[in-house]
Amino acid sequence: MATVSADAPAASPAPRARTETRAAWLVRQFARLPLQLLMIVVALLWLVPTFGLLLTSLMPSDRISEMGWWKLFAEPSMATLENYRAMFDDSDLVDALLTTAIIAVGNTALLVLVASLAGYAFAWLSFPGRDALFVVVIGLLVVPLQIALIPIFSLYNSTGLFDTELGLILFHVAFGLPFGIFLLRNFFAGIPKDILESARIDGASEARIFFRLILPLGLPAIASLAIFQFLWTWNDLLVALTFGRDVQPLTVAIFSQLRQFGSNIELIAPASFLSLAVPLAVFLAFQRYFVQGLLAGSVK
Amino acid sequence: MALADAGAPAPPPGLEGPDPGRWRRRLTTAAFLAPAIVLLTVWIVYPTIRTIIRSLFGRDGSEWVGLGNYETLFTTDTLVTAIRNNAIWVAVVPALVAAIGMVFAVLTERISWKVAFRTAVFMPMAISMFAAGVIWHIMDEKDPERGAVNAAIGAIKDVFGSSGVLSRGQPSSDALTGSVRDGFVLRATVRPGDGALLGLTAIPPAEVPADAEQAVAPEPAAGEIVGVVWRDFRPGGGEPGVVEPGELGIPGATVELRDAAGEVVATTRTGADGGFAFADVADGGYRVAIGSKTFAAPFEGISWLGPDLITPSVMIAYIWVWAGFAMVVIAAGLSAIPRDVLEAARTDGATEWQVFRRVTVPLLAPVLSVVFVTMIINVLKVFDIVLSVAPGSSQDDANVIALAMWRTSFSGVNDFGLGSAIAVLLFVLVIPALALNIRRFKREES
Repeated sequence: MATVSADAPAASPAPRARTETRAAWLVRQFARLPLQLLMIVVALLWLVPTFGLLLTSLMPSDRISEMGWWKLFAEPSMATLENYRAMFDDSDLVDALLTTAIIAVGNTALLVLVASLAGYAFAWLSFPGRDALFVVVIGLLVVPLQIALIPIFSLYNSTGLFDTELGLILFHVAFGLPFGIFLLRNFFAGIPKDILESARIDGASEARIFFRLILPLGLPAIASLAIFQFLWTWNDLLVALTFGRDVQPLTVAIFSQLRQFGSNIELIAPASFLSLAVPLAVFLAFQRYFVQGLLAGSVK
Repeated sequence: MALADAGAPAPPPGLEGPDPGRWRRRLTTAAFLAPAIVLLTVWIVYPTIRTIIRSLFGRDGSEWVGLGNYETLFTTDTLVTAIRNNAIWVAVVPALVAAIGMVFAVLTERISWKVAFRTAVFMPMAISMFAAGVIWHIMDEKDPERGAVNAAIGAIKDVFGSSGVLSRGQPSSDALTGSVRDGFVLRATVRPGDGALLGLTAIPPAEVPADAEQAVAPEPAAGEIVGVVWRDFRPGGGEPGVVEPGELGIPGATVELRDAAGEVVATTRTGADGGFAFADVADGGYRVAIGSKTFAAPFEGISWLGPDLITPSVMIAYIWVWAGFAMVVIAAGLSAIPRDVLEAARTDGATEWQVFRRVTVPLLAPVLSVVFVTMIINVLKVFDIVLSVAPGSSQDDANVIALAMWRTSFSGVNDFGLGSAIAVLLFVLVIPALALNIRRFKREES
């Protein structure tokens, strides 16, 4: 509501002075009231579930299983951080948080490097079979990762990559590559040709052009890709569940709590909130790049 | 890491000679491409071929079974459920997501706080499917004391007063007849100026409303039908059919006045002492009854996570996540539509709906198809959210192909042959999308 009233006067003075009276303006605003109300209800509908998880995580553990989170409004003094303290005392969950961070950061860095190298080759180096190879990459965009689970499981078991962070990282990088190459190749291809030509005439090596020109100029697309991959890996459950046993990211740790009999919501709620707070912060901080990447990946 | 190291230092320094030969250019290209090609080959291309071959072998991989696994896939109950559920997913979810995204994209154009709105709706895209599932698992709890969805439904129902004050009870004497389902009717005909005694027994003490007071026998008045609904029982028993000290009225009971034909002509509710009155009743013979609403069960919550509703519940959670995606993509498409085209249609006298239907939607068709195709692929792969919304007891009913694949291969069953066959099915199902992507790319490049 605050947003509505704060914004409306700013938008209207000029037209109002010219074309409509104050009364007409009021009538128009009033006519929009049902729409405004509808949109407020919808926005709340989208916010409430996440907010509910936050409040659940703040409920005292002895009452969490007998009442819903909205009871906190009736008795705000109940709210406590005790669940979070208990969670951070649980070394398994702290390990899981660390594992999640290692996998997400490591694989994002590796993917960005490998995808930019390949993206540059597809955009600016000529070699036989380039277009055919790129078509293959596009084909791989939609391949469901389920198709690789069983052979990679066997491969990891025989090479010792099973239950290691590296194994998870490599799997994520491979399945992030088609989108990464696709996104970066298209972006790099849009870099003006003269810049590259003049660098080549000046005798710069391809490696030099790549590191000194392409990476800085391609930064917006690289940022989009990095954010996507970070969120995708941070949020992954399936891959980690399949190729890890002791190496557990947060999602897997929460999942094993969820599977226990009489699931302990006082541990699941704060852990789930923690696991979504990080991607949420990343999203809110870099929303622009996130949306750009999304549009480049889908509309293009 | 090892693979990246193989790639990164490989580009030749390029400082040694002024003549970068053909051989050397090839090597440079190879160095740029090698890491990606190794990863794609070892982790995607080779496993795809392996899985296809593996699906023709039995459980432990030693025995050739031909298409046997595929036969099992289409004849095992839980797997058929998974395929059927996934078909429902494909039929329902992409269309709903696109429609909701479209409505939101169009409506946000008309509010001044559209950025805030879009952020709110888009936000679930950032969090994991798994966490989104946990969120909705908590929302969907059956007990209205704990599950927010059922609490909201219960609150709405309470506004309309649909739950009764009692769950059971019996006539205290044969003056009354009927049942909890149909209500209890006083056998005797009553006329204006009469009083009606509606005694009940067999009410558990815990169910007597807290605000109940000592029952008071009615005092008839001209033109009125008065009466009392009370708990015709007190410690030690008491005399049936008589209001005695220590017997409590039943407040909130629904009382019906029925005419000679049995039609309900008036209803009222009892007060704290169980008393009720129908004023200004026309002369004639009536029957008085305790309405069945008095015994309507309180709202116990809809079993969202039970076997019957689990798939719709998971879908709601999924749509909650993806509506923002459709909204953002469609909004981008909308903003690319030239304003003057819309203005021209409006100048020609088209209504807003006509403009939307005849101009906006056709111009948006390419964007809508992108949303559709993306959503179909996503929906075919749906996995984590099913696992976290559905409790173990309903997972067979919520089963989908990706979940069936994982459960068959890794979750104790460990049938790699059948698991491979399920994975191949999933792969085959996305091939149309794969072909579509390639065709679109080729068209754009040419």
